Amino acid sequence: MAYTFPFAAIVGQDEMKQAILMSAVDPAMGGVLVLGDRGTGKSTAVRALAALLPPMKAVAGCPYQCDPQQPGRCCQDCQTALASGKRLPTERLAVPVVDLPLGATEDRVVGALDLERALSQGIKAFEPGLLARANRGFLYIDEVNLLEDHLVDLLIDVAASGENVVEREGLSVRHPARFVLVGSGNPEEGELRPQLLDRFGLSVEVKTPADLASRVEVVRRREEFERDPAAFCERWEAQAEKIRKNVLAARKRLHDTLIPDAARHKASELCMALGTDGLRGDMTLLRAARACAALQGSREVGAVHLRQVAPSALRHRLRRHVLDDTGSSTRVERALAEHLPESAGASAQPG
Amino acid sequence: MKADAADPLAAQVWPLGQDEALAAALLAIDPIGLGGACLRAAAGPWRQAWLDRLQALLPAGTPLRRLPHGASDSALLGGLDLAATLSRGQPVLQPGLLSQANGGLLLLAMAERASADTAAKLASVLDTRQLHVQRDAMAHSQSVQLGVVALDEGLSDDETLPPALQDRLAFWLQPPEPASSEQEALLQAADLEEPQHTQAAHDQAEQVQAARARLAQLPGLDERQLKALCATALALGIDSMRPPLLAARAARAAAALAGAAAVEDEHASLAARLVLAPRATRLPAPDTTDPTDSADQEDAPEPNTQPNIQPDPPPDPPPAPQEQAREQDRQPDESQESDEPEDRDERPSDEQLQEMMIAAASASLSPGLLAALRAGQQARQSAGAGGKAGSAHKNLRRGRPLGAVRGELRGGARLSLLATLRAAAPWQAIRKRGAAPAAANTEGRRIAVRREDFHIMRYKQQRSTTTVFVVDASGSAALHRLAEAKGAVELLLADCYVRRDRVALIAFRGSRADLLLAPTRSLARAKRSLTGLPGGGGTPLAAALDAAHTLAQQIARSGDTPVLVLLTDGRANIARDGSPGRARASEDALAAARPFAASSMSCLLIDTSPQPQPSAQALAQAMRAHYVPLPHADAQGLSQAVRLAQAA
Repeated sequence: MAYTFPFAAIVGQDEMKQAILMSAVDPAMGGVLVLGDRGTGKSTAVRALAALLPPMKAVAGCPYQCDPQQPGRCCQDCQTALASGKRLPTERLAVPVVDLPLGATEDRVVGALDLERALSQGIKAFEPGLLARANRGFLYIDEVNLLEDHLVDLLIDVAASGENVVEREGLSVRHPARFVLVGSGNPEEGELRPQLLDRFGLSVEVKTPADLASRVEVVRRREEFERDPAAFCERWEAQAEKIRKNVLAARKRLHDTLIPDAARHKASELCMALGTDGLRGDMTLLRAARACAALQGSREVGAVHLRQVAPSALRHRLRRHVLDDTGSSTRVERALAEHLPESAGASAQPG
Repeated sequence: MKADAADPLAAQVWPLGQDEALAAALLAIDPIGLGGACLRAAAGPWRQAWLDRLQALLPAGTPLRRLPHGASDSALLGGLDLAATLSRGQPVLQPGLLSQANGGLLLLAMAERASADTAAKLASVLDTRQLHVQRDAMAHSQSVQLGVVALDEGLSDDETLPPALQDRLAFWLQPPEPASSEQEALLQAADLEEPQHTQAAHDQAEQVQAARARLAQLPGLDERQLKALCATALALGIDSMRPPLLAARAARAAAALAGAAAVEDEHASLAARLVLAPRATRLPAPDTTDPTDSADQEDAPEPNTQPNIQPDPPPDPPPAPQEQAREQDRQPDESQESDEPEDRDERPSDEQLQEMMIAAASASLSPGLLAALRAGQQARQSAGAGGKAGSAHKNLRRGRPLGAVRGELRGGARLSLLATLRAAAPWQAIRKRGAAPAAANTEGRRIAVRREDFHIMRYKQQRSTTTVFVVDASGSAALHRLAEAKGAVELLLADCYVRRDRVALIAFRGSRADLLLAPTRSLARAKRSLTGLPGGGGTPLAAALDAAHTLAQQIARSGDTPVLVLLTDGRANIARDGSPGRARASEDALAAARPFAASSMSCLLIDTSPQPQPSAQALAQAMRAHYVPLPHADAQGLSQAVRLAQAA
């Protein structure tokens, strides 16, 4: 079996790790886009996400792993079955983290004719694609900026509607495709379209550690992992379990975590100051702050949480100024210093 | 142990340098862990010798596959085997080159032309050691372990293997610095000679075999060694975390080759030299290296003055015993050098080891790299990465094939027959059943293709640059200026073939502007049409700018990026309608300049007047052009300035 490098063993990169944990706590917040230099462990971290997610309950045998608790979000078959009052057998499944490899063709992404059956029996049947497999889970695109344009268009559409529609020569299928988009890439290799950027909840920038101690640690752990992955994973199992438990606890706490009005005001103030497009910035910022509060065991969202998540929730939503070359991160930092200063942390928290 | 370590080198069978031979041996020991190598060299004896050496060292039957430039995704990743699928009536996967090369090496031909896309696909397989294919209605995953040998024939700094892939390959090798003609002759002689020392080669292959077996049992590097490798990487300005990791693996392979029970400092040092040194982006801070050492290098014509690291031992046609003797002569030096700070029993401290390693690595920096670093330039691997991606655009008619997408045959798009048939294949049984029996009979065994199956080809085209010179040929200085512009045009054209650039020339004088040279990349044609050009008369700046804008738009429409170079003093005296008068002429010129600012075209205004002119500055501002006062512009200076503008 293939081992993945354990999340717990990743050195440093706190912002990235925090963002990935937050999207595990509240997938509705939207996924994470990790941008950074070569050799910073971007994809290592994202691939480790799967191991952090608690299993989910799904209708047994459903190709879209429908949730029996939410009939409104089920595929046609499950809906009909549920409507007729049947009790569907369920199974516990690992939350899917589906890799969208570069070079994937459109038919495999959206699903297509079942080749085997069409050729051997002449039967027209739909074979679900990657979008179906990613339903209720995560869709991971490594090197997202190299993704083919027509696939980007497709993803933008499906990610917004939560539904995949296939219409081809009498093959007419629509199925739920609600997934959290997770991407990683190197910004040097090409820009991302703003529409695609918008589909990511958080965006984090990673840099290689500059201090010798952490660099040595990175190399040491990686080397150990490669020599004996099984033993390495076992050694980190206790830590991994701790993180899993924390995620699970945060998930339970999430809906009891309050968002006071003061925090809502502050969030909107920040977004207005930065001129983010639409309301998605505000909403993501609040959701992210709530996930952050839940992870840290706070009962309600405060300025401290907003401040932590604002850079990752907003930096990819800024319009670029023609004459201003200032990096997005710097602009968010500036706005934070102005609207949510460190010293006035208490002001966002009502008594 | 020391002797063992050097022993494989002793058998100099081909005219390869010591380090290069070692790199081949290490790669043969752990091709998968080390990722591979990047050979930056033209096709020739050196490259062939290295590849032959590598192949000889690899166990027999190791797959070696060559990935040609521009190979399609289905060739690389695999796809539906159309013929087999149709004849067998079930989907058949045709394995791509990646799965064919599983367990061995993939040779990436013309690596400097490889797209970021191809690089990313290879990188993902190198990282995950898994191949996921989601293509042509088939899903397929398999474990694929391979190394990549990139054959990079790039000449200039911006022609390199995509950095994402470069980063993952342990060894970056270059042929020895330009050899003298005698050396060249020897090299060629050696190339022609049959390798006589098959016995030596055989021994070496056996050593590599044994090392492969030992590798798994070797313990990892100790904390000091890891620390030293990381510190060396930092000192050389290597940001990525992969190189130190690759160096650690190379150190283990070196220890395995030497038959050592654990990785010794010398192995780590060797790894630093082989893996880290070629990636240096800066010289280590002076406090970490011996200053005399680097001073030596500055004067030294040869890259290294230390005896142990001669990248290119004089390529004598190799009579083995002699060579062996030479090598043995060299060994005491080597051990002496690397053992210098230590006593065999007493291990060097963290700092000592770090210093040693940094010194060893920086001593082996190639002279070219060294010079570049001295000049404060960025080393080649970090340069020119970003620009490429933005300048390519997708096209339906021209360029490099980029694969097929489903689409209509409109607007001159070309049908991709194979992709269309592939799309139609699965439907055949269904369509035959649906068709009227009579029709099915007449159609017989024909394949039914429908409109939805149509796939069209897409191409990717690298945008080239067209530089438009707009030259003020009015007044007294005109002839002189025009001559300079002509010189610059010729200089730019002289190397435009390499960069696929074009040049155009507009001259303006009297009452109008003339297109003297339509966009061309032909030096001969340019020379012909540039001879005998008259000068003198008024300055119809507005007309010139209008003409330039029209031409620039044409160029942009044809898919090129226009760059405008305007040589003038900015003192217009002929208005748009041809009437004389300074005030109106300036107004018109400014008005004609504005469209350039709006189109965000890259413009350069060279002020040719003896003193910088406010009118020229105002014009540059209106155009949003770079303003360069160049009163004594010669052709050389001019082409330099233009190149800078192009890069901006």
